[in-house]
Amino acid sequence: MTARIGVVTFPGTLDDRDTQRAVRLAGAEPVSLWHRDKDLQQVDAVVLPGGFSYGDYLRAGAISRFSPVMESVIAGAKDGLPVLGICNGFQVLTESHLLPGAMLRNNHLHFICRDQKLRVENAATVWTADYEAGQEISIPLKNIDGRYVADEHTLDELEAEGRVVFRYADWNPNGSLRDIAGITNAAGNVVGLMPHPEHAVEPLIGTGRTDGLGFFTSILRKLVNT
Amino acid sequence: MSERSERTNEHRMTLDTVKHATETPDTEQPWSELGLKQDEYERIRAILDRRPTGAELAMYSVMWSEHCSYKSSKIHLKQFDEKAPQNDAMLVGIGENAGVVDVGQGYAVTFKVESHNHPSYVEPYQGAATGVGGIVRDILAMGARPVAVMDPLRFGAADHPDTKRVLPGVVAGVGGYGNCLGLPNIGGEVVFDSCYQGNPLVNALCVGVMKHEDIHLAKASGPGNKVILYGARTGGDGIGGVSVLASETFSDTGPTKRPAVQVGDPFQEKLLIECTLEIFREDLVAGIQDLGGAGLSCATSELASAGSGGMRVELDTVPLRDATLSPEEILMSESQERMCAIVEPEKVARFLEICEKWDVIATVIGEVTDGERLEIFWHGEQIVDVPPRTVAHEGPVYERPYARPAWQDALQADDANALPRPVGRDELRASVLALVSSPNQASKAWITDQYDRFVQGNTVLAQPEDSGVVRIDPDTNLGVAVATDGNGRYAKLDPYTGAQLALAEAYRNVATTGAKPLAVSDCLNFGSPEDPAAMWQFAEACRGLADGCLVLGTPVTGGNVSLYNQTGDIAIHPTPVVAVLGVIDDVTRRTPMAFADEGHLLYLLGDTKVELGGSAWSQVAHGHLGGLPPAVDLEREKLLAEILISASRDGMVDAAHDLSDGGLIQAVTESCLRGGLGARLVVPEELDPFVFLFSESAGRAVVAVPRSEELRFTDMCGARGLPATRIGVVDGDSIEVQGQFTLPLAELREAHEGTIPALLA
Repeated sequence: MTARIGVVTFPGTLDDRDTQRAVRLAGAEPVSLWHRDKDLQQVDAVVLPGGFSYGDYLRAGAISRFSPVMESVIAGAKDGLPVLGICNGFQVLTESHLLPGAMLRNNHLHFICRDQKLRVENAATVWTADYEAGQEISIPLKNIDGRYVADEHTLDELEAEGRVVFRYADWNPNGSLRDIAGITNAAGNVVGLMPHPEHAVEPLIGTGRTDGLGFFTSILRKLVNT
Repeated sequence: MSERSERTNEHRMTLDTVKHATETPDTEQPWSELGLKQDEYERIRAILDRRPTGAELAMYSVMWSEHCSYKSSKIHLKQFDEKAPQNDAMLVGIGENAGVVDVGQGYAVTFKVESHNHPSYVEPYQGAATGVGGIVRDILAMGARPVAVMDPLRFGAADHPDTKRVLPGVVAGVGGYGNCLGLPNIGGEVVFDSCYQGNPLVNALCVGVMKHEDIHLAKASGPGNKVILYGARTGGDGIGGVSVLASETFSDTGPTKRPAVQVGDPFQEKLLIECTLEIFREDLVAGIQDLGGAGLSCATSELASAGSGGMRVELDTVPLRDATLSPEEILMSESQERMCAIVEPEKVARFLEICEKWDVIATVIGEVTDGERLEIFWHGEQIVDVPPRTVAHEGPVYERPYARPAWQDALQADDANALPRPVGRDELRASVLALVSSPNQASKAWITDQYDRFVQGNTVLAQPEDSGVVRIDPDTNLGVAVATDGNGRYAKLDPYTGAQLALAEAYRNVATTGAKPLAVSDCLNFGSPEDPAAMWQFAEACRGLADGCLVLGTPVTGGNVSLYNQTGDIAIHPTPVVAVLGVIDDVTRRTPMAFADEGHLLYLLGDTKVELGGSAWSQVAHGHLGGLPPAVDLEREKLLAEILISASRDGMVDAAHDLSDGGLIQAVTESCLRGGLGARLVVPEELDPFVFLFSESAGRAVVAVPRSEELRFTDMCGARGLPATRIGVVDGDSIEVQGQFTLPLAELREAHEGTIPALLA
């Protein structure tokens, strides 16, 4: 048996097809979910992929969170549905208050696309179980609004509860507080990060590394084993 | 009374209908302000046998502009057709929105490079952004999914204050638009030269992929078929863009032209792409055209002209962003993110349904008729009645006078090979550092890192590699490679040879990555056609390119001409930018540029002569431009390409890099920095060290050969008659030129990567 993983397409989503491919390469079945449709088609997990949903108008992710599909995703996430938000998907998750904090414009004010080194801080979430804590991975980063911010209290709480999942390892590319690249919710089922694991799943393509595949094999293993 | 109805009434009162035009033959018309010449205006009157209405005048003026009609360039562009090599891969040639090439396995690829030079100087961000948007719609209109973009850019001197205004805006515009569309930016160029100070060049290329059966053409046939305008609402932006901006030189004293630059919305374009692709999948269109320069005037007249000829349009049904626009303005508006489709009546409902799904506004604005006239109505009254061919395809043709400029001989006599060269090891070492850190030879990562090169998950190679390579079928690993090149300095010295050098370099770059070159697209950037010297440069470049394509067997499939790149009397260097598209049957065998394996042997392929005319060294060391550009040997280029492709196919080389501006030392530096390993180089006995390192002889590449493959590789080169000289080995963490100097990679990296951020960040 395999797992069915939903990939949401908002208007302006860019990485939905790449994410579906990554899900497939990991051995799971991708299911396309449409922003206007509340029906999650009984998927076992959901990925909110990168892009510029609704043109990033108002604020990145600010309009998407009100879309019909997000009503179901938010409700599901609160009931333990595994949800991964990548880049714009991460922004949607913070706008939806499934994850704390917010993303501001990069401190250098430019879009930046690079092969980014990350340190896995928490390998206990359903999306990171195939990594080891402390492991360094390299996956593409590409955004203009990637600077993670939250108030000191929230940051302290994230640190204390081990909810910082990834940190920028070699260089902080956008001014994110405490080098935070990705976080999880208290239950560990919702993870958001700015870099793009779905772009690092095949040798030769992109950076030529497959460091991102672990996200998709982690969730598959978790779902198949439960 | 609402503003809308007030304005509508006002329009009605002043509406210049066909009837009114017939009755008032002597009305003065603003043909001159719209950029028409007196004889052109007289010709319009002769065609219509009356004076044109205001709307007709607007249409003719934009469609007969240099930008749309190619009136000065047409007679020279003909050669691309007349001299086109026989090539079975060509599916659609010049004349459509873009050419289409067969790449095997049932796939077809369409690609084209276009300019958005003038708007980008006036408003860098929007000019560059809408340049990307326009070329992407051209590719989409052929039926293809856009899969990659590239941007060949030229700016003024790197340290000029205005470059700091123009460049960041252009780069942010290219990125801001392309990144939002989800198109990987996989290559292009950034060149600085003071000749582009007042006339930066912003060229944009897009590649699209489709199955053979999905090819769509821009024609309106089948009386009764509906004309559907879909995408963004029409606004007042870009009115007169082509006639005002792209067809005149800038002057210091004229009024500001900002309102003529279009404003882009990439989100709308992304929806338009997905919506259009879904419409194609269900086979709902009989003909399709994007709205670019000259907007609705262009789309309606071209569709009708290429079809059976008749079309009737109710212009007042066009959805507007600004309700006060006049019919003339609506016809001329260059609002972005719009397409025009011809749809059979029974398919209209489904067409509109798909548009609704993607939140794209779609409106039936007219239908194909069985007549031969393009008829446009405004609230029931006829304002246009023209034979569409006279608007779209039978515009004026000029045989502009051209003459080899008087200064050309003196320029060529000013021999760069005679310039003082570095003396001794220290000077040679310092010359290398000066070269690789000069703005043109320095790393452009600060710029290209602002573009998304990973999106779509098919990018195999992207800049700074020799060509961008994308996989088009994940199951078979079929891929395409594209490179763009152009060297205005070479072309200034000799436009015929310069155009061929641009072609040769792009062709070589494609082959260097292991792909087989198939076809060419070009963007010809020149000065004013009214200047015989600039016109001569243009004529020579066209002749050179057409002759070159014939020898290489790579036809020109389409492209774009940008004239009037001139401020006052100062024209840019003639800058033919050439894009070559190639196919690679298995992307896993692509050859990257990085020297990544210690012990691999370095071979220099081709002949090195003393050729410093127009070279990067002559510019960096002496600020010099003179002499002759490197000689071109296209048969040799073909042989080199065959060797590079064979070596890739049979696994004989692990890395390859083309030699062009900056010569061997530039190429070796780039490959070493990319792979993080150094190299030990030995100067071949017959060569002077300086010439070995800095000469820019064409038809050369450097390859890294695993020791196990050395014999097989050299045998192959020997058997086919390509000179291959062993020049060293990949080793250590510095570049050592034996007996001359050693440069640590760290020092080279700092020099090569520090320049652009220091100037622009």
